[in-house]
Amino acid sequence: MAEDQSVAASVGRPLDVPRLRGGSLWQLTLARLRIFAREPSAVFWTFGFPLLLTIALGIAFQREGPPRVAIAVTAAPGRLAVLDSHFDVRHLTRGEADEALRKGQVALEVVATGSGGVSYRFDPSRPDSAAARLQADDALQRAAGRTDPVAATDDRVDAPGSRYIDWLVPGLLGMQLMSGSLWGVAYAIVETRQRKLLKRLVATPMRRRDYLASFVLSRLIFVVVETPIILWFAKLTFHVAIRAPMLEILAVSCLGAASFAGLALLCASRAQNTETANGLVNLATLPMVILCGVFFSASRFPQVLQLPIRLLPLAALNDALRALVNDGAGLHALWGPLAVLCGWGLVSFTLALRLFRWT
Amino acid sequence: MEVLGLDWRHHGGALRPRVGVALQETKLNDRLTVEETLRLFRSFYARGPAVEELLAAMQLTDKRGTWVMRLSGGQRQRLAVACGLAGDPDILFLDEPTTGLDPQSRRAVWEIILAYRGRGRTVVLTTHYMDEAERLCDRVAVIDHGKVIALGTPRELIGSLGAEQLVHLATEPLLPLEAFDGVASIRTKRKEGPSLAFAVDEPHVAVPALLARVAQRSAKLTELSTRSATLEDVFVSLTGRSLRDG
Repeated sequence: MAEDQSVAASVGRPLDVPRLRGGSLWQLTLARLRIFAREPSAVFWTFGFPLLLTIALGIAFQREGPPRVAIAVTAAPGRLAVLDSHFDVRHLTRGEADEALRKGQVALEVVATGSGGVSYRFDPSRPDSAAARLQADDALQRAAGRTDPVAATDDRVDAPGSRYIDWLVPGLLGMQLMSGSLWGVAYAIVETRQRKLLKRLVATPMRRRDYLASFVLSRLIFVVVETPIILWFAKLTFHVAIRAPMLEILAVSCLGAASFAGLALLCASRAQNTETANGLVNLATLPMVILCGVFFSASRFPQVLQLPIRLLPLAALNDALRALVNDGAGLHALWGPLAVLCGWGLVSFTLALRLFRWT
Repeated sequence: MEVLGLDWRHHGGALRPRVGVALQETKLNDRLTVEETLRLFRSFYARGPAVEELLAAMQLTDKRGTWVMRLSGGQRQRLAVACGLAGDPDILFLDEPTTGLDPQSRRAVWEIILAYRGRGRTVVLTTHYMDEAERLCDRVAVIDHGKVIALGTPRELIGSLGAEQLVHLATEPLLPLEAFDGVASIRTKRKEGPSLAFAVDEPHVAVPALLARVAQRSAKLTELSTRSATLEDVFVSLTGRSLRDG
């Protein structure tokens, strides 16, 4: 049979094709990138999710000026019009106004009295009612010609660079770098082990350090893409100020991602199935999301916890990213957090290599 | 364990480039294509056939761009063997390479193994299919509960049965084995489900004698067949039970 002969001939011919230098590290990294790009859910969690989270939190905490409080006004048309520019004013009859107040629909009821004066009806135990009473009175007295002996100006904190969203975005980026590394690396390694593919790979002359390095390398390639996307998106949609050069932010992001990749290798070093790996990754990440100042400042925790929290890798990464993005600090001012990240990376890589189960 | 005169524990680094494996339990990455998978494995070896050669030899050229998850069982198995051949190994270990394959795919894998063997290379094959062992192997070891209980060429093993012909018969009602005590030319006899099996030297002597016993007992013959002994019969006779997992 002709086909048999061709099979025999092609299998039978010993060939020596020289291998490219470092070929297997590149092929392994390429395989990681391809597997990632072809897994829709992985792409969503890496690129889609952080953007959606930024949008949701940005909308929730972004305000156009101070909120307007609803009050009821019972007066002849035109009187007390000055209140319209300070409040969400509802013109009601006395009975309607009493009912609205009772139901909490308005914070304050302003009733014009016969002598050109006003009467304020409110529940003093409600903070917004008491504040509305003071603000309404202030507005009416000034409109009537009162002058204040002490000159005062308001300095509202809503300029870009000092709002909650500005503070939040570097924290989200830090969290994303952490979860991307831990989930991406740990899950992929344990799945390979579970599929017995790891066993197959170590039966080849593949260098084991190439294999582990390919995970870190592919993570860093993603970080270089992921970090600018998140930051530029925040800049475009919420005008978040980025006060440090992107190159420095990328350097810190890569260090953070590499450090977390070490932690991921540690989580994956012995786990035999993905369920165990999921548990370990959750155990490592969830406490840090709470403790390390992603959504609210870690300074809310008691004093005794402050030092331990600062020694956690996510706290260090968030501190460094906020110092860069929010304050425009130079890298030289960040040696503390960067040393913490290096320490975690070195310790976890060393431990992981020692514990790693290849077969 | 010693392979090629080297101990796997101490000389793993020297052995790995010379040994290829295809394990049945290995699942390759679902979302890599055939060509990408081969390129990856090829990159681990300093020497070996080009990816194009492997694709052609395994008849996977037209599937080169297909994701592993979309391959049929036979194509997947050929890819696994191709990965094992990526380093042009001196010895190739195949773990049940044709389990679960349709006859066409099975023959395709056989051709690959025979071609590789034809180059004077060694294949170590584990299989539950005795016809596969008979067709592909120069030497067969029968392993039962982790112990080698027979070793030899397929011909030697079949010869060791002492009889190269097997007679199966069934009767209604089923007669006990003792009914056939003392029949000429019979080597061994055993009950196999609803029928009786006899290993015989000369079927032309044994069959008339067997039929005479059936008629003598007024039983009705419902089945009669004779065939040459195979490796499967060797296995059954050696282990005392039918082919099974393990």
